[in-house]
Amino acid sequence: MSTETIDGLALAETPRLPPAPTPVARRRRPAITPYFLLVPAVVILAVAMGYPLVWQIITSLQQFGLAQQFGQPAPFVGLDNYVKLATDPYMWTVILRSLLFCFAAAASTMVVGILVALLMRAVGTVVRVIVQISLLLAWAMPVVAAMTVWNWLFDWRRGVVNWALTSVGLPFKNHNWLQEPLSFYLVALIIVVWMSVPFVAFSIYAGLTQVSGEVLEAAQMDGATPTKRFLYIIVPIIRPVLSIVLLLQVIWDLRVFTQIKLLQDAGSIAADTNLLGTYIYQLGTGRSDFGTASAVSIFVLILTVAISAFYVRSMLKEDES
Amino acid sequence: MTTVQSGVVRVRKPVRPTRVILSIVGIVVALVWIFPVYWMVNSSLLPNVVLQSTTPSFLPFGGSFDNFAAVFEGGTFFPALGMSVVIALLVVVVCLFFAFLAALAISRFRFRGRKGFVLAILFIQMLPAEGLFIAQYKLMASVNLLNTVLGVSIIYIAAVVPFTIWMLRGFVAGIPAELEEAAMVDGLSRVQAFMRITFPLLAPGLVASGVYAFLQSWNEFTVALVVLQSNADQTLPLWLRGFIQASASKAIDWGQVMAASTLVALPVIIFFLLVQGRMTSGLVSGAVKG
Repeated sequence: MSTETIDGLALAETPRLPPAPTPVARRRRPAITPYFLLVPAVVILAVAMGYPLVWQIITSLQQFGLAQQFGQPAPFVGLDNYVKLATDPYMWTVILRSLLFCFAAAASTMVVGILVALLMRAVGTVVRVIVQISLLLAWAMPVVAAMTVWNWLFDWRRGVVNWALTSVGLPFKNHNWLQEPLSFYLVALIIVVWMSVPFVAFSIYAGLTQVSGEVLEAAQMDGATPTKRFLYIIVPIIRPVLSIVLLLQVIWDLRVFTQIKLLQDAGSIAADTNLLGTYIYQLGTGRSDFGTASAVSIFVLILTVAISAFYVRSMLKEDES
Repeated sequence: MTTVQSGVVRVRKPVRPTRVILSIVGIVVALVWIFPVYWMVNSSLLPNVVLQSTTPSFLPFGGSFDNFAAVFEGGTFFPALGMSVVIALLVVVVCLFFAFLAALAISRFRFRGRKGFVLAILFIQMLPAEGLFIAQYKLMASVNLLNTVLGVSIIYIAAVVPFTIWMLRGFVAGIPAELEEAAMVDGLSRVQAFMRITFPLLAPGLVASGVYAFLQSWNEFTVALVVLQSNADQTLPLWLRGFIQASASKAIDWGQVMAASTLVALPVIIFFLLVQGRMTSGLVSGAVKG
């Protein structure tokens, strides 16, 4: 109580008193300043994120198709769009595909990323720098440029992948990778893993620097095998990094719109290869079925928020510390 | 002498075939990750006749910049480059300014609603573009901002600002407020103290966040695909996609397509690598000074 009045006094007097009275008084500004500072960020978020979100929630409860595009009022249909989706086997196929792809991509990325990080720790400086430079270059590639190159690598006629497989005697001459859904997803998986490993490997490598060599040596002398050393010493120490990186991978691998869309461009049947992102795109811009598209979007948002909750909680802890 | 030395070395480090094997594995890993990047540049230098032969050419012997010349002659590259540059600059400047103010608020003040705001930006930064782009498309259509720099930039700023706030918050919190207070004791005003003490220390943070914002907006594809639908107004990623489609409608000319890819990727790669080094050195010198 007393400090507050002193603060008030000090603030009132500052313009007339050049030498600062007390630092504490300066810091305790009236509570209005932080709100002013937040105004620009809040306004732009409300306009470009908040408004579309609200529009989307409302539209997902309406029948909003081509007719509404041309100005007819959209009838309110309650949860019809959601019911329609829940009873549509295709929607379940897309969800299942997305989850499977996300799981496969995140798991492979983690395994490869951990192995590459351990490898970087095990090799000498020269080899490590070479590995780091090449990972950095791959990391820096813009996604659209990377997809273009991968399309060329897997090109059915003159792609270097088919050439390499054929030259070791495998029957891959003129093999079209993107035609079959399964091999389409395999190609997508390889590309996504290639793109994501640099971030994972660098993060885990940074985490590994916290593991002291002496402890590992001691464990080795006590007879711990490399596997045991990894599981019982390294993993517990780098667990925070591992969990955050895994979580980010899961969230990012749910949103592989660009990769899937650009692979579909290169020649495959969209209906057979759609994941959630491309399905929304197709519903919205292709069929102008904005009601259903909004409902699927809401599902994707809820899924993401649910998965993110853990990540956000650990970030909040960092904020409080 | 040398034999003795190598003998000594050998005694201390018993022959380790595992190390050799690991080094070989390391080189293979490096090759796998660099290969697509190399292949892009290699193919961009080779004429289509060579690319269409049954055996791939692994080195760009007899290569030229003809593919690049052909891409430039198409006349669509520079307008797209211009659009990308303008959008990226707008996003970086506006986003840094907005994020800086907000970061100041959440790291220098304790106020009611602070936690709610932090929670909101953390969740918003996780939202996928696919979850909102249809609604954002309708929003931009309703205010006549489809196919405009402003329309795309507004969405990009909103998408990038949450993480930028979060990044800058860390940097601002890392600069002790006591530094500013000490300067104010020495007779500087609050604004002066901030501009002369805190702001220079914050420069590496602003650079890092600015680079993040730049790369995000420069590489963005999903939102651009729905908001920029006219062929005349395209950012580089959209332009590249259009270029491939145009080429694929004839017999696809992979040499030109790779040249186009290289043009989109090379500036980003160079920028990324340059800033990586500078950012770390900036961080180190900042820490030493502080």
